[in-house]
Amino acid sequence: MAENILHTEKITMQFGGVVALYNLTIDVNKGEIVALIGPNGAGKTTAFNCITGVYEPTYGSVTFCGETIVSNHPQGKMKKMYMGEQDEEKLKVIRPTPDKITKLGIARTFQNIRLFNSLTVFENVLVAKHMRAKQNVLTATLRLNWREEKRAREESLALLEEQGLLQYKDELASNLPYGLQRRLEISRALATEPKLLLLDEPAAGMNPQETQELAEFIVKIKDKYDLTVLMIEHHMDLVMKISDRIYVLDFGKLIAHGTPVEVQKNQRVIDAYLGVAEDA
Amino acid sequence: MNEKNRNLNGVITPQNKINIFNSVISFVRKNWIGFALIAALFAIIFILEQILPASSMLFVVLKKGAIYALVAVSMNLLNGFTGLFSLGQAGFMLIGSYTYAIFTIPLEARDAVYQYFDGGIINFTVPVPVALIMAGLAAAIFAYLIGLPVLRLKSDYLAIATLGFAEIIRAVFQWDKLGPVTNGSNLLKRFPSFTSTLYPFFVSGICITIIVLLINSSYGRAFKAIRDDEIAAEAMGINLAKHKQLSFTISSFFAGVGGALLAMYQTTVQAAAFKSAMTYEILLIVVIGGIGSVTGSILSSFLFIASSEWWLRFLDDETYIGSFKVPLLASGFRKVVFSIIIMIVVLFYRQGIMGAREISIDAILRFFRKLFAKDNREEAA
Repeated sequence: MAENILHTEKITMQFGGVVALYNLTIDVNKGEIVALIGPNGAGKTTAFNCITGVYEPTYGSVTFCGETIVSNHPQGKMKKMYMGEQDEEKLKVIRPTPDKITKLGIARTFQNIRLFNSLTVFENVLVAKHMRAKQNVLTATLRLNWREEKRAREESLALLEEQGLLQYKDELASNLPYGLQRRLEISRALATEPKLLLLDEPAAGMNPQETQELAEFIVKIKDKYDLTVLMIEHHMDLVMKISDRIYVLDFGKLIAHGTPVEVQKNQRVIDAYLGVAEDA
Repeated sequence: MNEKNRNLNGVITPQNKINIFNSVISFVRKNWIGFALIAALFAIIFILEQILPASSMLFVVLKKGAIYALVAVSMNLLNGFTGLFSLGQAGFMLIGSYTYAIFTIPLEARDAVYQYFDGGIINFTVPVPVALIMAGLAAAIFAYLIGLPVLRLKSDYLAIATLGFAEIIRAVFQWDKLGPVTNGSNLLKRFPSFTSTLYPFFVSGICITIIVLLINSSYGRAFKAIRDDEIAAEAMGINLAKHKQLSFTISSFFAGVGGALLAMYQTTVQAAAFKSAMTYEILLIVVIGGIGSVTGSILSSFLFIASSEWWLRFLDDETYIGSFKVPLLASGFRKVVFSIIIMIVVLFYRQGIMGAREISIDAILRFFRKLFAKDNREEAA
């Protein structure tokens, strides 16, 4: 049995009276590419936000490499409004900010690209190196950290070269063409030295040719950096081609899970995507 | 890590020291034009001081301009580089100037200054450089404490909260129960000040250099990342609360030092003078200079002070050409013209004079090289 790297236990996310995510339990094993799919509004990005600390789940916990990193139970006003399931025993409250989770080794990209637009391509990657540096503000200002800084620069340059972005290193990030912005966002996530990479619709807005290249790219970086990948994607050919397992969400609930072949045959998945006939 | 130069115990070997020495040399060699320009600037001011009378408007502009440049750059660190819209600058300057004044008024002058409060309760003085640093630290400590609740707010709300804080500070410092320390609403005076224009240039220069070093360091990049996109910055492992707090505290430190310099320049301090209008003046300087440009802030603070104190003065005087009275020129007209100029700048140079660009020696050299290259091409054609 492969080593478990990410486990979410009954994550429920409720915004007021709307349950965006209900009892989501997923497992990701080391070295896998796992896809999270589902129609629009199924709660896929919400799941990402719960894992990375952008949202605090109303109930449930997230375990990363055997360590519980997020955990919460309904409190305050939510106690009365909460509509999900709840075990008798209350969970301990662990609500880290997203930067702590990134530091643990979970990096992510965003559905709508979020680069630092007024920084250059090189600086975008360098920013990711800030977190792991041992400097403090005084040593950084007085340049006493020059060794660390030099190493960060060298590593960033090496990363850019590998990703084929070296020639654009002094361009502003906002001036890059769309496809390269996507690639830069992934490179920047890689610069945080993650164990788990969360990709939120990496192929959005790409044509079949680019999607094909992206598929190869994801597999390549996964092998190269010893990563595990959890991705949200709508391009079914990409999902079916590279993922080891697939979780399917609909209206916040997990409706199916299995290998690509199993999921393709699942009647509930077909219903969720194509709708159910009136007379059925 | 450069493992080559470390022996087994991790002790830095002499070879490494030579490397550091060499890198300093190469740094000086690379930037010699900059150093030469700074030396020339100081020399020119020194010579001007020998030639021109001390009462010349030029020195007023240079002194006040240098002080405002420091405060504007510190505000730019916060507003332009970290994206925190704060309007508390006058409050922090007030704390700085009071701290400086309280700790440097000579003991023999205290009875006269604190005449309503039995000579005050502070019975010691500290040297001027120490007092300047204390002024910064006092402002920084206040900023840290205020930042804890306030920095959770965003954009306009943060501006309102910091503006409110500055007003509260101004009121508290005039409270007569605090009189033994702050002298209530009375003036603080007779503390040491400077006469030479070089002094504010020197202090502001050092402070601005430190700010520039910070902006160009790893922390500066983190600040800019927060400005561009908070969510992405957080996803890159940047602790928002910590970095915002850091930027706010450092900015306030230098605002405090700027306040102390302003106290020295004015030779008296009164809390009533640190109105929100002062913050707006500094904000204007930052906006006109270009949000996110240090050299822009410096340039525009000298231009701003020069126009408001010197170049537009003639508009306030009634002028006669022969027996003809020039219309409109009357007391207060200067402010009308000044406002119009600012409106024009904001309308037509929305990015400010410099935008987010910087003046650097490289850029100037490049500009001239391009200019000459064009000439050559034209000659060839």
